[in-house]
Amino acid sequence: MTISKPLFTLTLLLLGTLASAAEVSVAVAANFTGPMEKIAPAFEKATGHKALIAYGTVGKFYAQIKNGAPFEVLISADDETPIRLEKDSLAVPESRFTYAIGKLVLWSAKPGVVDDKGEVLKRGNFQHLAIANPKLAVYGAAALVAMKKLGVDTALEPKLVYGENITQAYQFTATGNAELGFVALSQIYKDGQYASGSYWLVPPTLYPPIRQDAVLLVRGKGNPAAAALLTYLKSEAAKQVIRAHGYEL
Amino acid sequence: MLLTDSDLQAIWLTVRLAGIVTLILLLVGTPIAWWLARAKAWWKGPVGAVVALPLVLPPSVLGFYLLLAMGPNGPVGQLTQMLGIGNLPFTFWGLVLASVFYSLPFMVQPLQTAFEAIGERPLEVAATLRASPLDAFFTVAVPLALPGFLTASILTFAHTVGEFGVVLMIGGNIPGVTRVASVQIYDHVEAMDYLQAHRLSAVMLVFSFVVLLALYAWRPKPVRGT
Repeated sequence: MTISKPLFTLTLLLLGTLASAAEVSVAVAANFTGPMEKIAPAFEKATGHKALIAYGTVGKFYAQIKNGAPFEVLISADDETPIRLEKDSLAVPESRFTYAIGKLVLWSAKPGVVDDKGEVLKRGNFQHLAIANPKLAVYGAAALVAMKKLGVDTALEPKLVYGENITQAYQFTATGNAELGFVALSQIYKDGQYASGSYWLVPPTLYPPIRQDAVLLVRGKGNPAAAALLTYLKSEAAKQVIRAHGYEL
Repeated sequence: MLLTDSDLQAIWLTVRLAGIVTLILLLVGTPIAWWLARAKAWWKGPVGAVVALPLVLPPSVLGFYLLLAMGPNGPVGQLTQMLGIGNLPFTFWGLVLASVFYSLPFMVQPLQTAFEAIGERPLEVAATLRASPLDAFFTVAVPLALPGFLTASILTFAHTVGEFGVVLMIGGNIPGVTRVASVQIYDHVEAMDYLQAHRLSAVMLVFSFVVLLALYAWRPKPVRGT
């Protein structure tokens, strides 16, 4: 049997790419959707690997990972879940690092609703305030702490509507169904520009820092693409994107 | 007690929602089913298709459109604001309206089948005995279609209890207002509170089984007209 020379070369080339380019399955916290959509293609271009991304709530990812979901990297919205996975021996110890610190913002899709001191919370002249479910999402828990510190939590409780995650809190607010909502700055701040409407950057003194950690999961151990993704997340190129979306580093 | 107060509150809310939706759909679904069973108009097909849409549409599509439609800038939202009701998302009645759409085929289709099974004859006989069409409907068609009404009501009730995606999208997860049992279970799971999730899930499982058992084991024999 003879194989033509060009075909042989092509086969070799294909085998070569297959050997070096791998796929990595990543679970990404909902609030990091915007930056990840930019980081993933850049990562693929820089390394030749491919990232298969699922966006969602970290609590759901935890349940899925615990029950054998094939995720290899978790880019979490908190630091608790990665620590928990480490304790469950589902994450690789010492692979965990903080890739971003999230910022909370009070936002309305309408201009003039939210003032730059957040006084609107004390006035309470609105029907619905959207927050992410504090039981499930760090941004929701942070919003609750901020409201407590401002002394408005009991007054505003009947007006609260809960998004399953921060994306849904944003969706309730963006569609105007809730006049205002506590969202992640990353959702309304893109490429150095604020989305339309009105907002108040909640002072970091009002809520505990939202440390967002990434971790290598046991399933991703030995996958070069998984290691490469975590390395890429620490690169200056990725950091630039992360900062441009309103996260601190 | 195995279930917490908030679990019980969610169950009671679910039962209330499903009960009200079933009652409304009995009123709304019956004339639609009757018309679909007897009409010969060309647009019977399109109407039937629209009624069946919630069977195939992903709840996320329905929830998304409802959120936009019932929102302050949507057509339904503008109407409710004009009527002084305010906006429907995040309210109990918003869920009722959404569920009426969502469960419509579960009421209409069994009823339509039941009405079709009666055939023309009993109604023609009633007409020769000078029964008005309305009279014939209530004294002839409804008793003959009673098993259909039972099936349709049970299915509608059960399907509304099992509703999740639409509620999640327009409910806002407010305790006692829009946090139904399925959403409560989802919350327990997401909060990694698996014990509570198990308990409430078991209640739902037993409920669903009992409902279906009632439907399949004790279903009266369908009455067929000749």
